[in-house]
Amino acid sequence: MSALAHIGAGQGAPAGPDTAKRGSWMPYLLLLPGMLWLIVFFVVPLVQLFTVSLQSKFPGYPGYYYRDLNFKNYWSALTEFAPHFGRSLLFAGLATFFAFCLAYPLAYAMAFKAGRWRGLMMICIIAPFFTSFILRTIAWRQILADEGPVAKTLNFLHVLPGGHITETWMAVVAGLTYNFLPFMVLPIYASLERADPRIIEAGGDLYANGFTTFRTVTLPMSMPGVLAGTLLTFIPAAGDYVNAELLGSDRSTKMVGNVIESQFFKVPGGYPTAAALSFTLMALILALVFVYVRKFGTEELL
Amino acid sequence: MAGFREATGDLRIENVTKEFGDFTAVDDLTLSVPRGSFFALLGPSGCGKTTTLRMVAGLEQPTRGRILIGDTDLTGSRPYERPVNTVFQSYALFPHLTVRDNVAFGPKRRGHKDATRMADEALELVQLPHLAARKPAQLSGGQQQRVAVARALVNRPEVLLLDEPLGALDLKLRRQMQVELKRIQTEVGLTFIHVTHDQEEAMTMADTVAVMNHGRIEQMGPPAQMYDLPKTAFVANFVGQSNLGHGRITGRDGDFFVADVHGSTVKIPAARSAVDSGDILFGVRPEKVHLARDSHDVIDRTRKVALGDDMKATVVDVSFIGVATQYLVQVASGATWSVYEQNLDVDPIDLKPGDPVWIEWDPAHAFAVAAEGAEIPAGPVLGDRVSMTRDTVS
Repeated sequence: MSALAHIGAGQGAPAGPDTAKRGSWMPYLLLLPGMLWLIVFFVVPLVQLFTVSLQSKFPGYPGYYYRDLNFKNYWSALTEFAPHFGRSLLFAGLATFFAFCLAYPLAYAMAFKAGRWRGLMMICIIAPFFTSFILRTIAWRQILADEGPVAKTLNFLHVLPGGHITETWMAVVAGLTYNFLPFMVLPIYASLERADPRIIEAGGDLYANGFTTFRTVTLPMSMPGVLAGTLLTFIPAAGDYVNAELLGSDRSTKMVGNVIESQFFKVPGGYPTAAALSFTLMALILALVFVYVRKFGTEELL
Repeated sequence: MAGFREATGDLRIENVTKEFGDFTAVDDLTLSVPRGSFFALLGPSGCGKTTTLRMVAGLEQPTRGRILIGDTDLTGSRPYERPVNTVFQSYALFPHLTVRDNVAFGPKRRGHKDATRMADEALELVQLPHLAARKPAQLSGGQQQRVAVARALVNRPEVLLLDEPLGALDLKLRRQMQVELKRIQTEVGLTFIHVTHDQEEAMTMADTVAVMNHGRIEQMGPPAQMYDLPKTAFVANFVGQSNLGHGRITGRDGDFFVADVHGSTVKIPAARSAVDSGDILFGVRPEKVHLARDSHDVIDRTRKVALGDDMKATVVDVSFIGVATQYLVQVASGATWSVYEQNLDVDPIDLKPGDPVWIEWDPAHAFAVAAEGAEIPAGPVLGDRVSMTRDTVS
């Protein structure tokens, strides 16, 4: 709203009464298409989903529902699928952590050390987007397969418990980490690239060695990028079902996304449960993100 | 602090060369800055002055040569190991820290328990204690500059490096900060090395000025001395303005060399000539030159005696500056010379572009530098204005 007021004032102030009048409704007119889009494709489906999540089954007619305020749907969904929620948050958290560990050095190298290779590195990060997400995830099955190089090497070294990577949580986390890595790299790169290298030099000039400079200057300065990157990785990863479907096992690695998918498309009469799960997941992520941003956020995001 | 090197004494730069690929930024530089002095490195952009500063800070390592403070060799040590602090041109304040935390950064790294109190004292020194809780983004350019100075000063470094710290400020604030910096330097008594391309800034603040060009020091000395007697054509033009003309030494008359410049015979004190025979660049400062309607008739009526040497010229442009009037005159060789006449009389001298005049000066003020490799700029100043005037005259 403050942005709106600013636009209005900026346009209206120096001009005559005519333009001032136009200036007051012009921003709203420009906002209209976006607002309409949001209402039709976001607000209405959301309300619809919420009403579905409270529906009750028609006794005796499987697949039929009636409008209700059945909050028990939430309770049963939560109790029955609590492990899946746990896994979703855990896997997403792990993937975010690993993506951060991989992305930060990469973004740092691109911002400060890459020189003329910077463009090429950027292309390498973005290029995988040109192929299908599903195909790339399937490719990981080959990479992590029992006869693949990774599993073979680890087995040779006797450091792989169980002897498999695929069908375990490791494969799911690896897939999630890989698929969302660019969303971590790009915001961190943007925030590092924007930073004045002199500021990092100033750290050294003021008696901080390389590590201390990184801890007290570089990392805090790139926090907006880290924050954006972790959110962009964690949120979609928590709701993802493709990686668990293609790389995980049928039982022990299913995430909430897989449950929602099967409840919607495979289980007869699963609509209210699926909707309740979706809503719960959304609320859970919102709450987590809120706490997270409150704790680590800068003024730029809140 | 592991690795921190205590060192006291003069800063000595010995035969330092810095090469970036094929480009030699600093070329066999040797320099000694006495402890506690205000030293200015003056030069155009790309002359190697900032590279020199960065090598003293440890942000660049010299290709050859040594950098010492007192008897401690600092060559090869890291920036955080040196008792040297820098005020960066862009200030480089930490954007995520408050002003107080910015200033306390250095003392904290050095393990001082009362870092915050030290920071507050330093802010007191730059007269900003009331802004300690703000973030750098909430400060004006001048305030940020002071914080940058405080952040460096609080560490009481043996040498404080200032990399064009006033470049981003407007003229009035710059003047104010020049006085301020000089006051602080006198108060704390540290060695200041100030890098600037602004000759006026260097002259007003520094005890010693070194003029750099192409990675070498052209001339070094107290500002007044350097202004009075430039040793090279570059210095003559970079430090203030000079009227220069190609000439040739033809003989000697007592303490003076006699030279032929644009067909006029002039005298140069032998002690003020960088060369003693052959081709020279003859020079005289604009304010030392006076205008006359006729030979040996000085218009400046406050002077009772004729000034000595003179030359025929044509007025090209007259601009009234206030305390003085600047005349651009064309001399016999076609070069444009500049003349400052103080506005001492109530009646202004009535000279118009196109008027023939004589320019006169006291030979004691003349100087000569080597002609070899020197270029005379087209016009001392107001280059385009001269051509404009010419256009309108023709």
